Amino acid sequence: MRYVDEYRDADKARALAARIAGLCAPGRSYAFMEVCGGHTHTIYKHGIEDHLPENVTLVHGPGCPVCVIPMGRVDDALHLARQPDTIMTSFGDMMRVPGGRQSFLDAKAEGADIRMVYSPLDALRIARQNRDKRVVFMAIGFETTAPSTAVTVQRAAAEKLDNFSVFCNHVTIIPAVKAILDSPDLRLDGFLGPGHVSTVIGCRPYRFIAAEYGKPLVVAGFEPLDILQSIHLLLRQLAEGRCTVENQYARVVPWDGNPKALRALADVMELRPSFEWRGLGTIPYSALRIREAYAAHDAERVFGVPGVRVADPTSCQCGEVLKGVLKPWQCKVFGTACTPETPIGTCMVSSEGACAAYYNFGRFTRTAVREATRT
Amino acid sequence: MTTEREEQVLRRIDRARRRKARVRDERITLAHGAGGKATHTLIEAVFLEAFDNPLLAPLEDQAVCPAGGARLAFTTDSYVVSPLFFPGGDIGDLAVNGTVNDLAMCGARPLYLSAGFILEEGFPVADLTRVAGSMARAAGAAGVRIVTGDTKVVERGKADGVYVNTAGVGVVEHGFTLGAGRAEPGDAVLVSGPVGDHGTTVMLARGELGIESDLASDTAPLAEPVAALLAACGEGVRCLRDATRGGVATVLNEIARASDVAVVLDESAVPVRDEVRGAAELLGIDPLYIACEGRMVVVVDGARAESALAALRSQPSGERAAVVGRVVAEPASLVLVKTEFGGTRILDVLIGDPLPRIC
Repeated sequence: MRYVDEYRDADKARALAARIAGLCAPGRSYAFMEVCGGHTHTIYKHGIEDHLPENVTLVHGPGCPVCVIPMGRVDDALHLARQPDTIMTSFGDMMRVPGGRQSFLDAKAEGADIRMVYSPLDALRIARQNRDKRVVFMAIGFETTAPSTAVTVQRAAAEKLDNFSVFCNHVTIIPAVKAILDSPDLRLDGFLGPGHVSTVIGCRPYRFIAAEYGKPLVVAGFEPLDILQSIHLLLRQLAEGRCTVENQYARVVPWDGNPKALRALADVMELRPSFEWRGLGTIPYSALRIREAYAAHDAERVFGVPGVRVADPTSCQCGEVLKGVLKPWQCKVFGTACTPETPIGTCMVSSEGACAAYYNFGRFTRTAVREATRT
Repeated sequence: MTTEREEQVLRRIDRARRRKARVRDERITLAHGAGGKATHTLIEAVFLEAFDNPLLAPLEDQAVCPAGGARLAFTTDSYVVSPLFFPGGDIGDLAVNGTVNDLAMCGARPLYLSAGFILEEGFPVADLTRVAGSMARAAGAAGVRIVTGDTKVVERGKADGVYVNTAGVGVVEHGFTLGAGRAEPGDAVLVSGPVGDHGTTVMLARGELGIESDLASDTAPLAEPVAALLAACGEGVRCLRDATRGGVATVLNEIARASDVAVVLDESAVPVRDEVRGAAELLGIDPLYIACEGRMVVVVDGARAESALAALRSQPSGERAAVVGRVVAEPASLVLVKTEFGGTRILDVLIGDPLPRIC
């Protein structure tokens, strides 16, 4: 299949793997964080780690947008969904994410009108078709999805669809990465930068990571060869003693991002003074809210959201796991209070999160898996 | 190297895993109908708990019941697909083929079906006639007769047009037992054709995605291919499962667990149409989890793999049947995939439901 197969060629992968191995200094170990959940998915789905030498490890970062939504925000959204004559709309991945007591799926089973949409514009269409109902879009995601929410709000304002509002939970990637970089016991050698976020914000915002923290970053695409090539670029920087921001995903990511999307974003949204992240705690200026000018379409203003705060149990050590300081099994609540059925932190919410993966498959070492699949 | 502390944690997880299934949810959610983990928990904790008996306990697609000197296969299935009509079939075809296939999976010859209809007030009679016509044609093609039935009508809004239930009876004419627990190291794993056509077709037919394609559902009776397979390989056939809800991935996990073996799947050998692959790529769904309604997973003695393949390929629309994997001893109860990219990954059972109401 065109545009797919050429980025998944096993022979090219083996050739890249050999070059990667050649760049690794003997006796040294390398840990790279892939910031974006999309990368984690690619790494897992294609078994990319099998192409890497033993001393190169990938650390799964905080970039899964549903997993970082704190329980309190889910509870707030459920409060909105339970209001009379209200239709809550959201992306499918939000449905299973647990709040303090319930998920969207549970609330739907209790009678709340919650509908899955593929785009915020679908939610707007529902608002157009149901003028007697209040339609709320649960907006989640990094800068990748925020512009489409912004455009939808602009359109709702233009059409004077006053029954449409957005419960804005958009987050921004840079403060999360900074929170990880500021960890005193950080053990990372570089970053795979989030490709889709970068199509919007470009590559410039990452420069401080190289300049101030001395960690190289390569903006990476989402096909398996993209990831391997990005790892190769990171190792080459380290081998050559360079430290800079490089763009592996140039076929999609312009260095300066997408000015039109950024303008829409700036028109509709502004930074929140602080926002709570599941597992990482409160991070200043790390999320977006709707500007005053669009207050009529801001669910937080229209409804009066209770602002539920469900504190992550203090024993949850997601932050440490995300930073690569702790292995999942070393967390105090792992496997007891925090399991895939009753997840506490972000690493357990997503099935590809480090803790969920370890819970399900930790008993099988990679060596055993490789042995079994050898022909 | 695992430390003592890590070993402790792993042992604790294993103990939790072996604990009796318990439904934590207070109410039924759509996940309970998806055919994945939640469905299994519900069946074990509620139904198996209440009805427990040796014929039910294996939780196969059908029960094989002694009756006089004969062995009868007995099964039932309900159909709630939305939309009712889609390219390649409709709820009527599904209701006949699905039940025929559940009977065929134990090697039975399907004989008789019942048909129950729950109709919503206001449902067009023309549509019902069309569904009944499809059922009659599908029954004729599968060599079964619909010999009894039931009709109920509920108020508008209490159902979605029509729901169909069918039950089926067949006779097991061979002397051996097929089952998910019979896979052994050295066995080969086959699929009878391209996977994921039905689920993808129904999803696209809903029109929510604005994707157009020529794809059609694979709904078809499997009794003939099963007969050909049994004629070619006899007792060498260990297990047959039609890959409906949860797809090939879920079936393979059931087999790996029931037989306490590992299944190694070769991703590049799995037949998937480009249309299905394209749609799955766009939506971030793995075709291995997408339902089929006329495809089965076959586990046979490794020495008989070639004859099994020839038998499947001799059947109409069996030309893309393929050997897709093999059974090994370790790591037991796990399904592993050798990816096209040259890596490996663990293929888990379905969690959640990417595509509700596809059958």
